[in-house]
Amino acid sequence: MHLHLAYPAVLAALLFCVGVYGVLARRNAILVLMSVELMLNAVNLNLVAFDVWLRDSLHAGQALTLFTIAIAAAEIGIGLAIVLAVYRNRGSSAVDELRDTAESAAEEPDPAQEPRQAKPSQKAEATA
Amino acid sequence: MTTTTLAVLVPLLPFLGAVAGLLFGHRVPGLVRPLAVLPTLTALLLAVLVAVRQGGGRAVDAATELTPTGSVPVELALHIDGFAALVAVLVGVVASCVQIYSTGYLREDPRYPSYAALVSLFTSAMLLVVYSGDLMVLLVGWEIMGICSYFLVGHYWETPEARAASLKAFLVTKLGDVPFLIGLFALAADTGSFRVTTILARVADGGLDHPTLIALLLLAGVAGKSAQFPLHTWLPDAMAGPTPVSALIHAATMVAAGVYFVARLLPVFATSGAALVVLAVMAAVTMAGSALAALAQDDIKRVLAYSTIGQLGYMTGALAVGDRGAAVFHLLSHGAFKALLFLAAGVIIHVAGTNSLAAMSRMKGLRDRVPDAYWTMTVALLALAAIPPFSGFFSKEAVLGAAEHAATGHAVAPTAAGWIVLVAGLLAALLTAAYATRLWLLAFHGRGTEAPDHGRQPVAMTAVLWVLAIPSLAFGLSVGVLPDWFDGGSLTPTLTTSVLGTGLALIGALVTYGAWRHTTALAARVPMGAVAASPGGDGGAVEAEAIATHRPAYGDVASAPDPADPGRLLLGPVHRHAAAGFRLDAVYTALFVRPVQAAARLVRFLDREVVDTYVRGAGTAPRWLGAAVRRAQTGNVQTYLSALLAGTVVLAVAAVLVATAGA
Repeated sequence: MHLHLAYPAVLAALLFCVGVYGVLARRNAILVLMSVELMLNAVNLNLVAFDVWLRDSLHAGQALTLFTIAIAAAEIGIGLAIVLAVYRNRGSSAVDELRDTAESAAEEPDPAQEPRQAKPSQKAEATA
Repeated sequence: MTTTTLAVLVPLLPFLGAVAGLLFGHRVPGLVRPLAVLPTLTALLLAVLVAVRQGGGRAVDAATELTPTGSVPVELALHIDGFAALVAVLVGVVASCVQIYSTGYLREDPRYPSYAALVSLFTSAMLLVVYSGDLMVLLVGWEIMGICSYFLVGHYWETPEARAASLKAFLVTKLGDVPFLIGLFALAADTGSFRVTTILARVADGGLDHPTLIALLLLAGVAGKSAQFPLHTWLPDAMAGPTPVSALIHAATMVAAGVYFVARLLPVFATSGAALVVLAVMAAVTMAGSALAALAQDDIKRVLAYSTIGQLGYMTGALAVGDRGAAVFHLLSHGAFKALLFLAAGVIIHVAGTNSLAAMSRMKGLRDRVPDAYWTMTVALLALAAIPPFSGFFSKEAVLGAAEHAATGHAVAPTAAGWIVLVAGLLAALLTAAYATRLWLLAFHGRGTEAPDHGRQPVAMTAVLWVLAIPSLAFGLSVGVLPDWFDGGSLTPTLTTSVLGTGLALIGALVTYGAWRHTTALAARVPMGAVAASPGGDGGAVEAEAIATHRPAYGDVASAPDPADPGRLLLGPVHRHAAAGFRLDAVYTALFVRPVQAAARLVRFLDREVVDTYVRGAGTAPRWLGAAVRRAQTGNVQTYLSALLAGTVVLAVAAVLVATAGA
């Protein structure tokens, strides 16, 4: 018997959406990584389902799934290692607290810096 | 050696001397003086040899083309006729005298090496102008003289007067040189050559299409170089340079280049009657105005400077009536006695410690301190006033005779030009004698305190004065021989102009003497006189100090408020204006300087306030935009991803919508 394609496709879509939600909304880095796994698995499900649906003689979908699983395993390994390192450094693995790259107020361009910026331009004028 | 080789060496030797002086002058101080004097002296000997070999006969012509130019060829050409040979000898004599004199006058000057090298370079450029047979090569010498003059006028660049004077000299002469260059191009376009001989041959065939235009353009350059009205204003100010420079450049040679140039190309000018009349008017205004101004000056060198302008006016006057023989005759005699006047004035300034005639007139016994300068200057002043039998008499009478000749319609030049030159020349003869007498009386017959004693003058300085006194005394004897060197026209004085000219000169001298007798009692009652106190210094140091202190001491660089000045009595209400050179500088300030400055201010405003506003705006807008965008950079990766997702969804929806709409 054949399962209709709609079932695995809808399931994959739901899984993907749950993953997206997890990645965008969860604070805990480990849960974010798990959400990424959900998205990957949604993709895997799609690959297998369409492989069967299209009756691909080479089963490229299934082969690609194996690759995806392998890469996902490697990725989760590295990801967990990073999370662990962050946790050891900071005592927390909350994603929204890791804001070192934010535009800080101190780096706003203040008027005192302008003469220093003006000098090279003057020099450029002189040599032009 | 052939005459051509000798002639090539004449300008080349001083040039090599100048190069060597500039290269080694500061490193080997012992070499400076030989390098300054010897090449110039050798060039003089060679110039004399060239003159003897040329002998007033057929012109020596030689030319070599260095490289094809594609259009009108520029050649290294020599064209030595009698004029060139004699003028080169004059240049050599004066330059040698000046170099020897400078070794004494500037013996302690730290900048003497570069000074001597520049004088040599200048001499070489002048000799190039004299010998060159190609107008482009002539122009090279012409411009080198201009830049040398700029450097040498600014020799005392510590004083603001010298700085201003050097800039003024450069700018005013360049103002004339631009039309001059255009005139040369126009001349070459009409005749197809820069060679003097070719041009003259074409002109003789009537091959000139625009004679008046070309002549007037060339006259602008001549007026600038030869200090003719209205471009003469730089010359009196150029007296801020050392005295030997004034003697060489601003009396005997460079200013004579303009006259010499016109003499060389006189047939070109003679094809245009209008140009000759313009030249005559220029000469007349120059002669009369400069003589009046000379009568009112207080600085001894400025008196001589205005006198130079006036004597150059005589030469251009002679050219305006078409007699280049008389013009070059006056050039030669004037070169000798004016160089002598300046060099003697340098000695006097050194001894008196001042350049002010008002201060000198309150010094007793100045003539006993410098007997050499006194006697030679007397000779030179007599020559300047054209008293027979001194050289100036013969040359000036040659000019006046030529003018009379033209006025009575016996020459190619328009009669009007003849009358203008004759009347102005006679008036100038009267005034020349007046200011010469005034200078002599004020400088040597002062009453008051004893003149300061600075010891004996160096022999190098006094000997040169006597060398130059010989031609001032006796050059008039050559009046019978000179026509063979020139065009052949007689230069012997005619009776009418001689009597008129000499009579007017005597009247001028006697009137001035009377005025001086009248005012001299006043001098004792009005004490004046600022004297530079550096008895040990050389002439150059004393003069620099005298120039720098004239304005602080008397309130003006040209005149002093001296009621005992005979010039003040003679000129009456005109004196005030004459002292300021008839306010021509003020007119130029109003006409040119102020508008240029206003335009510069406008451009500055437009640049700073208008253009820069756009530039600043172009920078400010992106900065504000950047500040707004930076706020989105929170550091929260999840926010970025959300924005990325939202963007992707929007793009995907848009793509689908576009695809379905197109379908």
